[in-house]
Amino acid sequence: MNSEKGRLLKINILRFDPHIKGDKPRIETFEIEEAPGMTLFIALNDIRQHHDPSLKFDFVCRAGICGSCAMIINGKPGLACSTLTANMDSDISLAPLPVFELIGDLSVFTGNWMRSLNNRLEAWIHQHEELNIDQLEQRMEPELAEEIYELDRCIECGCCVAGCGTIQMREEFVGAVGLNKIARYQIDPRDERSDSDYYELVGDEDGVFGCMTLLGCEDVCPKNLPLQSRIAYLRRKMLEIGLKSNTEVCSC
Amino acid sequence: MKIIYTDVLVIGGGLAGLRTATGVKARGYEPIVLSLVPPKRSHSAAAQGGMQASLANSVMGRGDNEDIHFEDTIKGSDWGADQKIVRMFVNTCPKAIRELAAKGVPWSRVKKGERQAIMNAEKVTITEADEAHGLITARDFGGTKKWRTCYTADGTGHSMLYAMDNEAQKQKIEVHERMEAIALIHDSTENQQQRCYGAVVRNLMTGELTAYIAKATTIATGGYGRIYSVSTNAIICQGMGQAIALETGVATLGNMEAIQFHPTAIVPVGILTTEGCRGDGGVLRDVDGYRFMPDYEPEKKELASRDVVSRRMIEHIRKGKGVPSRYGDHLWLDITLLGREHIEKNLREVKEICENFLGIDPVEEWIPVRPTQHYSMGGIRTKYSGESQTLQGLYACGEAACWDIHGFNRLGGNSVSETVVSGMLVAEYIADYCDTKDSKVDINSNTIEFFIQQEKDKLDRLLKHKKGEDAFALRESMEQILMHKVGIFRNEADLESAVKELQELLRRSRNIAVKHSKSKAANPELVNAYRVQRMLKIALTVAYGALLRRESRGAHAREDYPERNDKDWLKRTIMSWPDQNSTMPDVNYETLDVEEMELPPGFRGYGKDITIHHPASELRQQQVMDIHAKLAEQDKDRFILQNTLMPYKHLLPEKYRGKNERLNERFPDLNNNSAAKGSTDE
Repeated sequence: MNSEKGRLLKINILRFDPHIKGDKPRIETFEIEEAPGMTLFIALNDIRQHHDPSLKFDFVCRAGICGSCAMIINGKPGLACSTLTANMDSDISLAPLPVFELIGDLSVFTGNWMRSLNNRLEAWIHQHEELNIDQLEQRMEPELAEEIYELDRCIECGCCVAGCGTIQMREEFVGAVGLNKIARYQIDPRDERSDSDYYELVGDEDGVFGCMTLLGCEDVCPKNLPLQSRIAYLRRKMLEIGLKSNTEVCSC
Repeated sequence: MKIIYTDVLVIGGGLAGLRTATGVKARGYEPIVLSLVPPKRSHSAAAQGGMQASLANSVMGRGDNEDIHFEDTIKGSDWGADQKIVRMFVNTCPKAIRELAAKGVPWSRVKKGERQAIMNAEKVTITEADEAHGLITARDFGGTKKWRTCYTADGTGHSMLYAMDNEAQKQKIEVHERMEAIALIHDSTENQQQRCYGAVVRNLMTGELTAYIAKATTIATGGYGRIYSVSTNAIICQGMGQAIALETGVATLGNMEAIQFHPTAIVPVGILTTEGCRGDGGVLRDVDGYRFMPDYEPEKKELASRDVVSRRMIEHIRKGKGVPSRYGDHLWLDITLLGREHIEKNLREVKEICENFLGIDPVEEWIPVRPTQHYSMGGIRTKYSGESQTLQGLYACGEAACWDIHGFNRLGGNSVSETVVSGMLVAEYIADYCDTKDSKVDINSNTIEFFIQQEKDKLDRLLKHKKGEDAFALRESMEQILMHKVGIFRNEADLESAVKELQELLRRSRNIAVKHSKSKAANPELVNAYRVQRMLKIALTVAYGALLRRESRGAHAREDYPERNDKDWLKRTIMSWPDQNSTMPDVNYETLDVEEMELPPGFRGYGKDITIHHPASELRQQQVMDIHAKLAEQDKDRFILQNTLMPYKHLLPEKYRGKNERLNERFPDLNNNSAAKGSTDE
């Protein structure tokens, strides 16, 4: 950080408001002075406050925790709040995430997409045993708890979906976010579902067999989730089930 | 006019709101949850450090139970909390955490055998018992006698929120995202009682207004930290839940001046680094690299209560020991002594935050920190059931409420606990209410129309003006006033001018013009405009409450009145705003009854005791000691003692009255779902 006058940043934003009749997508450029420690969160709020208060974007935690501010930053999906302008060229381009419904400018409706994905994959613990919450909790190996947390760290920001090649061609593809969820529940002993149950959910081309292994997801995940190894692991597991059931079909 | 009917309207999709929704659903009532953002992005997700529950599994928590959690919480609150509510709370915390464990939260677990830890800047070896292996572990947090803060690495809130939202989806609970409640619909009932019937709700994507009509309405919208220019809070924590309650003119807000400043937010952006940093052994250092906290608080050092540490830090900076920077003076948080492995595993979010926002590696370098606005102890004042004391059918829980378990200072790790516990309990009371005839919705459609029209007119006015005040500028002025005049240390002159200036801003805010975009749909300028009008009212309740309270209690520190004054101020500030044309709230006070307290007011244990005592404190102290002695003689257990001192279990829903089992505290009658039956009060 230095105290000299900051660089002049040129921020080029893809703008479009689907709620305004006749509005057309266009690039608008805003020039602002860079401040020390400036993130895209600070820069975009600066633009909203001093240049154009109608500029639409989403921030909630502004600390890289909640996943609200994913957008295309210089051609690559990422979280705007934790992107320091100091690490970038002074010419910055921003666009909304593709795939998701556009609300306006940089704001997209990831919520409904993620909710319907969660419903489709039944992304919750399936357990039938009645719980007595007055009694000691069920035990779990400390290492296993850590392993589950590692996959539980997904923030549903949508970066992996935006960076996915498969989803461009296959609209129903569950994406790395979906596969990671299944991988998470698959190792969790509290979830009573079997591998065959998971196979029903992701054992097809809209699931783990649709992945073309381009692995853009792994490159862009802001939480550095081990997506590559988890997808590979899940594919192996699902293949075992698939082969088994196919063999059964052949034998009859 | 679009109207949606439901049994229970829940405003807010964080932990408290979601747990309320799943609770009423389990009782057979249909909830709808409104959320400004996808629920998983609520501010609950940002709680890093952990959740307090007296499980006593780790060897450092051995011997812990509800009694000690209770005592820590009351002392932490500087005797401002409602002791019966705290009892309800501490008894439910272990149940809440066990429920969450079953719903999928990957709580960090006890590993048997030896492990290294840092305590008081020295390496120590801790040996965990074999029988505790695999149970939920806990870390140390400020202001607690035992290690009680359960966690998942440092993503506790995230894991809890995800488990809870997934559970809500499993139960097919309707969540309406990007919806903002902008007014409560209320009317008087046949018996002249004011009653809440739901809310006018604005779709943040399309701008459409809808009336949601419900038997019960619950506000679970979190705190109001964003009235300050720097806050650890998410940017959606603007106090809109409290504001729409206030604007009914009927519902009241409690202790709005009770604002917590967290010792370790990074400079300048104010993002939090968890108390777990200090709990796990991190220390604070000054400009000379000197560890100064032991000089001020020899016993608890960095792990004194949050309000104490924050004040000591500012004191030290005022002595010229701060580290100068272009953003003002700061101090250092040093976690380098914890080592890479520990930081990368248990303080991973902290590491990412340091890398992303400061460009430093906290394994190698110290973190620049400063006390920063963090938590709102005040909120919508409720009864023990979560219902407003004055507006029937309106409920509040979590940070949005003043229930009141935090008094004037919340202990670290008690906030996420409160979200879930209050959700569990309040859901039961709401369902009980829905069971009664009183909850029948008998509102006239003209009334609904009136409220919608009123909001429509307000929005139209903002859009119609061509010239007028700039909402962004008003907001910036407000934030600066709060920062500089209603901060950690407060005084009469500053507070007086704060109240005056805020009143002027409120007047000016009536003339805001939305100039750039006249769109009624997604329009951030419009949203900012109507929120600033409401934030100013909240800001006034905070500043005015602080001005009137001439004592120092917990996080409310008056330089001109440094004593905690139990004689005159053992009471809760209660505010309402009956006249919408006024620029000031109405103020009342609610007295805390010393004679009912299980733990009568005493010395908190920090600095010098300069308390001005309540005349009844000594007598009650004597009574409590006598009861202790008498029951000890009769060999009565701690449950009987507690019940004799301050009965509270009758307030709890029956299903949550059971005793909590621990490794060293088993109850033979507690097995196979007979919990509730076997553990009712002796």
